[in-house]
Order: sequence, then structure tokens, then C-alpha cells
Amino acid sequence: MKQISFLRKFRESQLFWPLVAWVLILIFDAIVEPGFFKLGIIEDPVYGKHLYGNLVDVFNNGAPLMLVAIGMTLVIATGGVDLSVGAVIAISAAMGAVLINPALGNQLITNDILTRNATNTPLPLIVLADLAAGTLCGLWNGLLVSRARIQPMVATLILMVAGRGIAQLITNGQIMTIYYTPYFWFGNGYILGLPVSIYIVAVVLLLAWVLVRKTAIGLFIESVGINAKSTFYSGISEQNVKLLAYMFCGLCGAIAGLILSSYVHSADGNNNGLNYELDAILAVVMGGTLMTGGRFSMFASVIGAVVIWTFTVTVYSLGVPANALLAAKAVLVLLVILLYSDYAGRFINRLFERRGSQHGTAN
Amino acid sequence: MVQRTKLFLLRYGPLLTTFAVFLVVYIIGGQLYPAMRKPQVFFNLFINDGSLLLVSIGMTMVILSGGGGIDLSVGGVIALVSTASAALLRDGMSPYLVIPLMIVLGITLGGLMGWIIQYLKVQPFIATLMGLFFARGMAYIISLTSVTIKNDLYKTWALTPIHIPFIEKAYVYPTTLVGPIMLLVTIYLSFFTRFGRTIYAMGNNEQSALLMGLSVARTKVMVYAFSGLCSALAGIVFSMSLLAGYGQHATGMELDSIAAVVIGGTSLSGGVGNIIGTLFGVLIHGTIVSVLQFNGTLSSWWTRIGVGVLTLIAIGVQSLFYVRKKHS
Repeated sequence: MKQISFLRKFRESQLFWPLVAWVLILIFDAIVEPGFFKLGIIEDPVYGKHLYGNLVDVFNNGAPLMLVAIGMTLVIATGGVDLSVGAVIAISAAMGAVLINPALGNQLITNDILTRNATNTPLPLIVLADLAAGTLCGLWNGLLVSRARIQPMVATLILMVAGRGIAQLITNGQIMTIYYTPYFWFGNGYILGLPVSIYIVAVVLLLAWVLVRKTAIGLFIESVGINAKSTFYSGISEQNVKLLAYMFCGLCGAIAGLILSSYVHSADGNNNGLNYELDAILAVVMGGTLMTGGRFSMFASVIGAVVIWTFTVTVYSLGVPANALLAAKAVLVLLVILLYSDYAGRFINRLFERRGSQHGTAN
Repeated sequence: MVQRTKLFLLRYGPLLTTFAVFLVVYIIGGQLYPAMRKPQVFFNLFINDGSLLLVSIGMTMVILSGGGGIDLSVGGVIALVSTASAALLRDGMSPYLVIPLMIVLGITLGGLMGWIIQYLKVQPFIATLMGLFFARGMAYIISLTSVTIKNDLYKTWALTPIHIPFIEKAYVYPTTLVGPIMLLVTIYLSFFTRFGRTIYAMGNNEQSALLMGLSVARTKVMVYAFSGLCSALAGIVFSMSLLAGYGQHATGMELDSIAAVVIGGTSLSGGVGNIIGTLFGVLIHGTIVSVLQFNGTLSSWWTRIGVGVLTLIAIGVQSLFYVRKKHS
């Protein structure tokens, strides 16, 4: 009896479907690509011994998306959406690159200065400036949504369009290459054999979880998502809850931008974090958080992001060209849509209920 | 009289504001750069933004239909249509076959997305996002590199200037005319047919439109199919003017066109706004681009920032008018 109730609890939790999707992809990998699960230890000249393999890649490359998905979950839970995360990633990456090498304007800077392994600003300050820039973007979005009462999609669309322009403005339209090696640690470093980015995701997820589930904020967010007006009449500042969600999303985008620019050693206003807003929304939806707001689960969204990246790495390892990946992703979205549609839901419920009622009669 | 003027202003305020913004931007441009006063510069707006205009026409109808309606797939459909038509022309198919085929392709894709939105109850945003991924991915599967079009008919249509009567040294290309013709067709569709009225009705309140006995489901599918048609036409125009097909074409055009629709005074919650505003939204976009081109020292990213700022202003103006309207 206890086992059944545990199963049922698990099935009804938001983690169930993304995990099922993940396991399905992994089973597919096990059949088609036997080498997919191979893990090994490699000696890196800079970062020492560390694990390598497709699964490590999934988590390392997927870290920015996971971070963005965490932030996006809270925003979507309030009944909004943040389309500007890709632009925030670009802005944060641009900030980092410029603070390392302030080559603004038409200053004549020799190549030696540009390519030296040094920084003009201390690293902690760069990180702080990055995070501040992202939070500021989030604050702007939050103010537009909560105070100016503009629809979230439109309000964040503004920063989505203008943000990439701002990122290019910061780097003066150039793709800035970073030569300062300590900065690479965020995207390429390892702690105890595992990528640093995984630890960053874990810390952010833990902090967000404590913030949301151990205080009342999570409840506030859900109630704003379900009915903003009644939340307001219950004496909760619905505006500030929304503001907080958008600011947190901006912060997550900034951390993602930091990792991403450190991973590729450069900042490109046009291409950093391209399509991330779409992937993040896909991850959140896959995690079972409704676009209309309300009940949410950050863990499920993170697993959604893992599913997306496992899928991506699988498709790459099958030898599909990177550009054609988009079509494969569309098929994935279609499957998710069909899985979450009313028809599928009813069908699966009927399937389980029949089995459940059989158990009931047996007892 | 005062009452009537007030009502007129409330009703046409956003449209007039858009028109005024266009005039102001254009006049400022003309003051700064005397070369911009040439009539050809005005017609260049249509030549350069021909496909944006077409896409925005479809987008306006989708947004007007309400229910969070939006079509993010337009850029992808353009890329797919341009690549597919280039590949078919390369393989020796007649353009008279290719063009209808592409139009059917666009309508089918749009209709499919509409069907998914209406019958699987998927958010328009997600369904059309899938369409975007799918179309762009298919374009890359057809060809990873740019395919040039060497067809003579395409070249003639793309490069024969049509002189504008009564104006000296002003011309457009045959492809440029597709946008304005489609605009006229859509004005007719949206104001004088059952289809158009149903779109406005369901944009304002889908539930009451349904209770009134309007065919909401069919219209919704048709609206997305219409947007697919517009995107396919835009793709054909795009591939003709560039004489090439490539999966990278028209990246980010969905955002430009949403911005143009919003600047044109259409409310994203549906039911309010019209297609004429969208024309001026597109023209404003084109004017900003040409001012930046005339300037020469300002860089391309100022276009993005400019479009973003204008969208913000347009939304501000809109909310001002609509809040007033509710109270009056």
C-alpha cells in the first residue's frame, strides 16, 4: 500500500514527466550510441585531473540553460514570461569582456595590450559588475511589468530587441576575445574533477530553493500566478513579488552570461545566448510549470534543461549538422506538446486509474 | 462637436500618433540629410522593407485575433521558402510551378500551427516557436550553404525597374508591389468581410464571439494559415530581391515585425488596432534604418535600440489611450 502511494506521489509530482523524457533519451542512447555513457579521467595541463565524457558535457554545456531556466520558472510562475534572458546573457558577457579589456571608442590600443593575459579590473569586481548589470536588466523588466502594467511578453520584448544593441554598444560592435586566463575558470575549471559550472548551478538552485520553499515567498509567487488581484486583496504586495521574480531572472541570466562567455573565451553581442529565451521556456514547460502561472518546480525545470542538452548532445553525436539540430528540436517540442495536451493527459489518467482501481479492489 | 472630436481622437489616437511619429522621424531625417528629401528614398522604404511589410500584415491579423495570438515562425518560413525555392529552381523546375508550391507550403505550415493551437490547446507562442525551429531546421537540411538563384524569370522580376508616373527618377521593382497589393487585399478582408469581423470579435472576447455563433475555431486556423501565406509571399519576395536562398535569412524578423505591429497601434491583447497602422509601423522601421544609413558613422546596433525605444513609446501611448477609453 505504501509503495503504491509513493508511486502515485511520484507520478503526480512535476518531476515525473521530465524524468521519463530523460530516461527515454538515455535508453535511446544506450541502444544507438553505446559509447555515449563512457566516462573517463583526463589530465588537463591547467586544471588537473577531471572527468570527461558526454554526460559531463551535458551538465557543463547545459549549465547556463539550467540557470536561466531556474530564473524563468519563477517569472512564469507569476504568470509572466521573460523574453530578454538571451539579451541579458549578451549584456553580461559584454560587461565582463569590456571590464577585462576596456577598448572603448577609437583608442589606439596595440595588439600586445589587447591580447595580454591581464585584467584592468579585479576579477571579483568583474563578477559583481556582471551580476549587477543582469539584476538591473531584471529590475527594468520588473518595473515595466509590475509598475507600468505592460504585458510581460511586450515589456520584455523591448529589452530583447534593445538588449542586443546595448551589448554591442558596450563592446563597440566588436567580438571581444578574452585572454585573461583566471576568467576562464567559470566555464572551463574543475573542482574535485567536476566542472565548476555544475557547482554554480547547484549553489544557485539551493539558494533559490531555500529562498522560495523555506520562506513564504514561494507561496506568494504561486498565489500571484493563480490570481494576482486576490493576492493583492490578501495584503501581499503583488507588485513587489513580480519585481523580485524578474530581478532574480535577470541575475540568473547574468550568471549564465558569465559562464557562457568564459566557456567560449569571448563576448559577441549578436550570438551570445542566442535562442536561450526559447530554450529556457521550453525547459520550464517541459518541467510541467504552466505558462499561465501558479504551481511551479525549479527542479523539474532544471531536469527539463538537462533533457534539452542530453537531446542536443545525442543529436550531435549522431553526426547531425549543428544547424539542422533546430528541426530535431522542433520534433522534440511537438512530442512535448502532444504529451502535455489534454488528449494525452486524459489517456494516461485513464490508463493509470484503471490500474489503480484494480489495486483498490485487490485491497 | 467637442464630444465627437474626443471620440474620434480616442478611436484613431494610436493610429494618428503612429502617423505623426513617422512624419516627424522622416522630416528630422530630411532636415539632417538633404539627400533624404529625394522621393526615391521614400520608395526605397518599400523596396527594402517589402518582406517585413508582408510578414507584418500576417502578424497583425494573428495578433488581432487575440488569445495571446502571435506568430513567431515568420522568419523561419521565409528562410525555408527561400531555400526550398532556390533548390527547386537549381534543379530545373519552372518558376511558375515553384511559386504556387511555395505558397501552398506556407499555407500548410500556418494552417498546421493553427490547428495545433486550436485543437490541442497549445499556447500560440509555443506552437509557432516549434514552427520556427522546424522551418529553419528544414531550410538547413535542404542546404547548409547559400543557394544562388540563376533563373532568368526571377532575375527579370527582381531587376526591372517600374517608373512611378509624375515623379522624376523614382522607381520600384515588380517584387515591391506585392506588399502594397497584399495590404489592399487585407484592408478589404479585415473591414468588409465576415472573416475580418470575426477576427475583431474574437480578439475582443473569444467567449462572446463563440456564443454569438461565430465560427471561432475555423477562423483561428484560417488566421494562422493567412499568416503562413503572407510569410511564404515574403519568402518569395526576399529570395527574389537577394537572388539566393539560405537558412540564415530573416533572422529576428519576427521581432521586427511584432515591433512594427505594436508601433502601429495594435494591442497585443487582440481586438484593437488595424492594418493601416502596421504599414506606418513598418515605414518607421525603414526610416530609422535609412537615417542610420545616411548618417554612416552610427552603427547598426542603434537600429535595435531605436526600435526598442519606439516600441516602448508606442506601448506608452497605447495604454494612455486605452485607459482613457475605459474610463470615458
